[in-house]
Amino acid sequence: MSDTDSQVTNAYFRETMLAQQTPPVTETGAIKWLRENLFPTWLNGIMTIVALYAIWFILSHIGPWFLNGIWDAQSLSECREIRDATLGPDASAACFAVISDRWQQLVFGFYPQSAYWRPTLAFFLMLAGLAPVLFGAIPRRWLTASMLTPFVIYFLLWGGSVWVPAFIALGFVVGGLTARVLGRLNQMVALIGTVLIVGLYWAFIAVPLANAVHSILPIGIMAIPSSEFGGFMLSVVIGMAAIILSLPLGIVLALARASDLFLVNKLAIGFIEIIRGVPLIVWLFTASLLLNYFLPPGTNFDLTLRVIIMVTLFSAAYIAEVVRGGLAAVPKGQYEGADSLGLDYWQSMRLIVLPQALKISIPGIVNTFIGLFKDTTLVVFIGLLDPLGLTNSIRASTDWNGIYWELYVFIGLMFFIACYAMGRYSMYLERKLQRENR
Amino acid sequence: MKNTVFLGTLTVAGLCAAAASAATLDDVKARGNLNCGVTTGLTGFAAPDANGVWEGFDVDVCRAVAAAIFGDKNAVQFVPTTGETRFTALSSGEIDLLARNTTWTMSRDTDLSFDFIGVNYYDGQGFMVPKNLGVTSAKDLDGATVCIQTGTTTELNLADYFRANNISYEPVPIQTNAEAQQQYLAGACDVYTTDASGLAATRATFEAPADHVLLPEIISKEPLGPLVRHGDNEWGDLTMWVLNALIAAEELGITSANIADMSAAPTNNPEVNRILGTEGELGAMIGLENDWAKNAIMAGGNYGEIFERNIGENTPIGLARGLNAQWTEGGLLYAPPFR
Repeated sequence: MSDTDSQVTNAYFRETMLAQQTPPVTETGAIKWLRENLFPTWLNGIMTIVALYAIWFILSHIGPWFLNGIWDAQSLSECREIRDATLGPDASAACFAVISDRWQQLVFGFYPQSAYWRPTLAFFLMLAGLAPVLFGAIPRRWLTASMLTPFVIYFLLWGGSVWVPAFIALGFVVGGLTARVLGRLNQMVALIGTVLIVGLYWAFIAVPLANAVHSILPIGIMAIPSSEFGGFMLSVVIGMAAIILSLPLGIVLALARASDLFLVNKLAIGFIEIIRGVPLIVWLFTASLLLNYFLPPGTNFDLTLRVIIMVTLFSAAYIAEVVRGGLAAVPKGQYEGADSLGLDYWQSMRLIVLPQALKISIPGIVNTFIGLFKDTTLVVFIGLLDPLGLTNSIRASTDWNGIYWELYVFIGLMFFIACYAMGRYSMYLERKLQRENR
Repeated sequence: MKNTVFLGTLTVAGLCAAAASAATLDDVKARGNLNCGVTTGLTGFAAPDANGVWEGFDVDVCRAVAAAIFGDKNAVQFVPTTGETRFTALSSGEIDLLARNTTWTMSRDTDLSFDFIGVNYYDGQGFMVPKNLGVTSAKDLDGATVCIQTGTTTELNLADYFRANNISYEPVPIQTNAEAQQQYLAGACDVYTTDASGLAATRATFEAPADHVLLPEIISKEPLGPLVRHGDNEWGDLTMWVLNALIAAEELGITSANIADMSAAPTNNPEVNRILGTEGELGAMIGLENDWAKNAIMAGGNYGEIFERNIGENTPIGLARGLNAQWTEGGLLYAPPFR
């Protein structure tokens, strides 16, 4: 049957499947991708060609310069000699030897070489201390250790007696105990009492007590004044200290600005607007120049600490505004719900409002931090030798006078790595919190 | 209320400042080191080497003062200062001595309340042009584009000079010396003008220094010198005589090579003996030990040695002594007698 059927020639239907054909070249593989993504229309095609030309133009100029880079020389003139000998005088070649010659200075500034282990250890401690804060997968109890790391890092970097940071850290324990004892009486009393007692403790008791203990039990390492700090170490010290300190301060300021208490509210507004209304460079000049006149000479208040304080206040004002935006975005019902549960102000803020407000503010906060970290390079204008300041010092030596791009490329790359990492972390955090919220 | 507290603090701070600045030498001795303000980096004058040790022409003045006081040329804390922060750092007491190639002018000496303790480098504003421009005199620069740092005295000097000679020019404003070098090499301007020492240092870094010439005209006086706060004359005297000792040492032939011999026993030149402390009691007059000048000279050699090592003709910068030669050799260096 089937045989006869199959022999019927029928003009109207096909009996066998056509062999599968390859799709047209324009609809497959690389060509399809190219056509769809790079040359979908005439206009886009032209733009693609122009863009490719621009990329080629840049790469063809930078590429050889970069790839021909000379890493082993003692001075710029030696670099030029090596280039002339190996590539000819017209070749373009970067002289990265300046980085291999001066990288220690770019990283540690004038910190004594025998003590390089201290900032290195402090850096890894900082990463370890940050990890429990940044990643939820790490057990919460590690947070206690995280709270200790700033004091350990201070001790490692500045050196001196171990008792000074120890007794300053003890201030938090004193504060915690006071708050607990006074908290039984009244919240307001607890707050004011804690601030007062801890303030008095830090102002009058901590350092003399530390000195007294030090004279009995001297434990410490070589003290290194912060004027020896420089390079990336200085940027990271200023940047991280300001980041860590400005977040809580900024949240407090945001709450104060949203507060109904007249005085608190107006003081917060005044502080934020004044700090935010004046450029950072002016505050840095204030820290470096004006404070010198106010303080009695001889007190010699550490310039790096002054800068850290100013940068912290500056970034706290920005954080406050970012967090205020977050607070405003939390629906009113959440506040009312918290009230109806009978939570007091701090409880409702801590448990209901701030977690939501902060989640909303993450991109803004991280944005502020990235800006802050890059702004640390402004300290070059008050004579602190951060990486950018060091480029000038390095150029001032006769060996390296006349070198520009190599140093700037290196410094730019380092800042890019730090800022890019912060940006990626912010995206990770957003994704994580998004999922929990669903 | 707040204002009163603020003003009160200011007054107290001011009083303390006045009280504390009275005896800089005591403060320095108690501290154990000299706080010396330098630039954040200027070729030949002050720069840290790869190990972070500061060196340069201005730095050696700091080291000589420290050596005179402590006998140790490393008892110096170098404080890098910028053009903006240098004067405040000095007047607020953050530094004891500012050796930051600062031009001695009347207003700085009087209005800003400083005392210049002398001149360690006589500079002046000059011009650099590419050789193929064929210019041999600044008077030929009619219509030229000039790279000039804004907000400096060089800008004003330039305007004065060109107006006085009735020639026109087109300024290309730039911010820093580094930017100026790039602009000049890229051909954005025909002429680069700044202090002659800076021009020489800049030219030394070019790939082909011989393709550029410095024009003979020097259009301004820039006496660069170290300075101290006004009001503490003892400290001013001390630093001034350390600088004079370095200059006199060159004139009298005391060098770091022969100073050990010369100071071992009195020589037959009484002035040398008085400087080196083998005769007389000059050290006590400025509150120091009698070997103060010997230590100062041993720190980095006499003025001539310091010059040759940092900026002299055998360095890449290659500056000739010119005005900075001893008065006996046609220069302006003239240390008053030590007696």
